[in-house]
Amino acid sequence: MKTSLPWWLRDFILLSGFVAVLIGLSYGLEAIPIAGIAYYNRILVIMGINITLAVSLNIINGHAGQFSLGHAGFMAVGAYFSAYLTYYHFAPRLDKMPAGTEQFVMQNVYLVIAVLAGGLLAALAGYLVGLPSLRLRGDYLAIVTLGFGEIIRVLILNIDTIGAARGFSGIPHWGNFFWVFLVAGLTIVISWRLVQSSVGRAFLAVREDQIAAEAMGVDTTKYKVKAFVIGSFMAGVAGGLYAHYTMYLNPQTFMFVKSFEVVAMVVLGGLGSISGSVVAAIILTFLPEGLRSVKDYMPGGRDPRMVIYSIMLIVLMLTRPQGIFGRRELWQIFGRRKKPAPDEKPAEGFGDETMNRKAPPTQ
Amino acid sequence: MANGNALLDARDVTIRFGGLTAVSHFNLAIQPHELVGLIGPNGAGKTTVFNMLTGVYKPTEGEIFVGGVSTHDFKPYQITALGVARTFQNIRLFKELSVIDNVKIGGHIHYKYSGTAAVLKTNRFHDAEEIADREATQLLEIFGLEARADYYAKNLPYGDQRRLEIARALAARPKLLLLDEPAAGLNDRETRDLMQTIHDIRDRFDIAILVIEHNMELVMGICERIIVLSFGKTIAQGSAAEVRANPVVIEAYLGEPAEAAGL
Repeated sequence: MKTSLPWWLRDFILLSGFVAVLIGLSYGLEAIPIAGIAYYNRILVIMGINITLAVSLNIINGHAGQFSLGHAGFMAVGAYFSAYLTYYHFAPRLDKMPAGTEQFVMQNVYLVIAVLAGGLLAALAGYLVGLPSLRLRGDYLAIVTLGFGEIIRVLILNIDTIGAARGFSGIPHWGNFFWVFLVAGLTIVISWRLVQSSVGRAFLAVREDQIAAEAMGVDTTKYKVKAFVIGSFMAGVAGGLYAHYTMYLNPQTFMFVKSFEVVAMVVLGGLGSISGSVVAAIILTFLPEGLRSVKDYMPGGRDPRMVIYSIMLIVLMLTRPQGIFGRRELWQIFGRRKKPAPDEKPAEGFGDETMNRKAPPTQ
Repeated sequence: MANGNALLDARDVTIRFGGLTAVSHFNLAIQPHELVGLIGPNGAGKTTVFNMLTGVYKPTEGEIFVGGVSTHDFKPYQITALGVARTFQNIRLFKELSVIDNVKIGGHIHYKYSGTAAVLKTNRFHDAEEIADREATQLLEIFGLEARADYYAKNLPYGDQRRLEIARALAARPKLLLLDEPAAGLNDRETRDLMQTIHDIRDRFDIAILVIEHNMELVMGICERIIVLSFGKTIAQGSAAEVRANPVVIEAYLGEPAEAAGL
């Protein structure tokens, strides 16, 4: 679709609109007169971070088909590096400035720089891990990326400047609803536009059949690394925002369990479905919180929420192994009553001879 | 050799897997606009030849030139960029993608723009995608698949999948098209249609085609030149009539009488 507006103007208008809505929402949400609104806001922000993580992992796992279990590692790189920058370099400078508009503007400029730098370092890590290990496939790649995540965590555990095992505290509280959801929105748009392009088609080709992709002129290694770099950059950015929202980082947060949590979101939503990742990230953020009240009805005050959470995951995967949306997007699901989605029609024979023919045995 | 303007020139190509010599001293030069058949009994090494020509395997000895360029250090995608596209014996479509996306990926090397251009949806992106759309639709029309452009490739009937593979390979705008058993699993009527199609696309796109085929009718019917492989060795080559009459060829098909082998 070609619009009459030049592309930069169209995107500028869209972005301004989005920013305006987000600013309105962030003030509106804090003003809601409900007791404990801060708690709900916090969950909302964590949800935004989880959406970014899930959508970025979906590029690697869902689109390019490279099973990565190291997403927490990339997130940690971004989180710690951006926290390091603000704690040691940006915050002291900001403190010397007089309070006022200028300080407020600079605070956000510093935040953007720190978070982007964190993302870039995570992207570099993604490149370094990706280049040698993307020769591996499937399970092997999963193990290598799992190992990478643990290496990062152990590395952080031994660097005293960023808190080591004590955790990194005292990070300024610069992250907020606005930045988190701006990044989440941008991640979704970038991911969606990529998958609609020749770059995204190359990702999908690599996922579907590497040999055929190579034969069609797709440099599979290049595109695998590209997916890894883009995905880890976004994970790093999400990590940076997480650091500046929670104000405290601990290596324990970035255990492989965190990677599994993100993988669970992507798989639950449907590998390759962007809206699926978003919906699953929302569900998996709210579910454990929503189940907190179950405790009140249990004898002896036991807390069964993680058991229920696990059972719900198992049931969902058993009943819908392809994920909530499969490989389709949200709007494709709702549209299918009127116009059958491509895979809804049965394969018709091209003349009756073609029916029930099996593929020939391979040589 | 006097193959200065050959599209493809395989010189004395040999490949060994451990102690097994799968193909030995294979020579083949294909001129523009030629339609060449490669036949031979099961296990003769036909697909191995294809895999060497497309860079999936590296020959142990000998060298392959595409348009005068040695492909020895080339990866498969680089050979595609030189103008060689292929189909697969066991269909290798991108099953979970739409029919039209399969064809668009076939043209991947021609739709160049950066990821940034894609994210910002610049004019360059729109122009390239418009061309991709148009070319893919045209190819689907040629193969009668345009009505099923939005189907998942896996949901196409078998014959259509075979044709889609050819369409996808053509999207790469090759100078040489390699077809690996395009008629495998097709019935007689479909095979006859396919023969016609292969002949037509050769003229329409002005390309050279190399076909591996078991189906003698197809190969004998359309190929100007036929090469017969047996146990990795070229045992005969020439026109359909010459090959048909060659006693070595008849014997290679397990000594069966010519009738039974379909010759």
